[in-house]
Amino acid sequence: MNISQSLGLMVQEFSHSFYLNFIKDDRYMQMVKGLGNTLLISVLAILLGVTFGALAFLLRNSFFLDNSRFKILRGLGKVLKGIGYVYVDVIRATPMVTQLLIIYFVIFASVNINAIFVAVLAFGFNSGAYVSEIFRAGIQSIDNGQMEAGRSLGLSKIQTMAYIIVPQAIKNILPTLANEFIVLIKETAVVGYISVQDLTRGADIIRSLTFEPFLPLVAAAVVYYIIIKFLTLAIAAFERRLRASDDR
Amino acid sequence: MIITNNLHKSFGELHVLKGVSEHIEKGEKIVVIGPSGSGKSTFLRCLNLLEVPTQGDIIIEGESITDPKANINKIRQKMGMVFQQFNLFPHLSVLDNIILAPMKIKKIKKDEAVAIAEDLLKKVGLFDKIDSFPGKLSGGQKQRIAIARSLAMSPDIMLFDEPTSALDPEMVGEVLNVMKELADSGMTMVVVTHEMNFAREVGSRLFFMDDGVIAEQGVPAEVFENPQNDRTKEFLRRVQ
Repeated sequence: MNISQSLGLMVQEFSHSFYLNFIKDDRYMQMVKGLGNTLLISVLAILLGVTFGALAFLLRNSFFLDNSRFKILRGLGKVLKGIGYVYVDVIRATPMVTQLLIIYFVIFASVNINAIFVAVLAFGFNSGAYVSEIFRAGIQSIDNGQMEAGRSLGLSKIQTMAYIIVPQAIKNILPTLANEFIVLIKETAVVGYISVQDLTRGADIIRSLTFEPFLPLVAAAVVYYIIIKFLTLAIAAFERRLRASDDR
Repeated sequence: MIITNNLHKSFGELHVLKGVSEHIEKGEKIVVIGPSGSGKSTFLRCLNLLEVPTQGDIIIEGESITDPKANINKIRQKMGMVFQQFNLFPHLSVLDNIILAPMKIKKIKKDEAVAIAEDLLKKVGLFDKIDSFPGKLSGGQKQRIAIARSLAMSPDIMLFDEPTSALDPEMVGEVLNVMKELADSGMTMVVVTHEMNFAREVGSRLFFMDDGVIAEQGVPAEVFENPQNDRTKEFLRRVQ
């Protein structure tokens, strides 16, 4: 057998394998459907995560209550801080898959509920803890002199936050936040645990039909890679623009 | 105008202010000198409650600011503060640095606030920098902008916390000149400084602080010529 013959054989084998895994019975639709769910869960979980993150951040920095005249409000501030702290602490110290399983099989055990909805909730809840840390780090990176300067002019703490601290912190927050989104998208690959058909599960379904793991799983990896690569490039371009505005 | 009554401040175990009782009258130019760690910056920062005293009262224009019911934001509007590190807002242009507080707090219309800012920038000699961002300014320029920013709220009292200590030597003069003009205009000023010549020329009264108290005070020239307290003598000998 010469080289061209063996090459021809390989091409033939590959195209047969490709047909078997993707074309036959429209099997590629397993992955398309899965990709749709991956994107749906990611986007909604990102929005929910930012919301939870902002709430947790506000809880952990209940500064508007710190100097309250009323003892009960100062006490409430402490309780809210405690809740925010426990949330971030517990979420960050337990695995995502475990949280997903607990939310699906324990918390929503007795209710008949859409698994995709549960996934969005679980990933959003998880991401929120990290987002609140990103917010905290971003705000803390602003020199305390900025707060003092704002307050010394007579601005309230909230005004100083809104006009001086947050606009500066956003520049530090956005790139890190974008990276959190990337992590989140990849993390959604575990939703198969609660029988949601995402991109990974879609590829795995094909594998279980054809008993050929290579093509479907590598194809799934390639799709993830393309999505993440696209996002990474977009973030890099965005960061360059932010830095350009620093030089003015 | 400013009365402090047995002012104490501790940071944890560290007892920084150990009882400062003073009257500062309208139009006085108080210069505060003393070794580092003597409590002079803490004293100044207590006056607009950037540090909350652990004990004692502060009364500004007849109003107790240490009273928990006091509206501290309102009181701070009457007291400008200039920091060692300038603390300009780097994301805002020079103009926006100056007009932010008047517009957000006093609800002054933009064109009016801009007119005030332009006037102040001419006074500090930086009108041409109106559209610059702080990152493009020298230390001396930043500090003059910071002074203009405080003055835009038309305060009754100006507090200066070592305003020239972070500056290169050749820029100290331009900032001190602006402060001298301000002093000549009748502003009540409290200045923590290491500039002994400025203290002598501009100060109407000098506080020498050491170990959390005002160890000696008087007309600057007299204190410099003839210090009474041993610690004052020691300090002046070392800095001159």
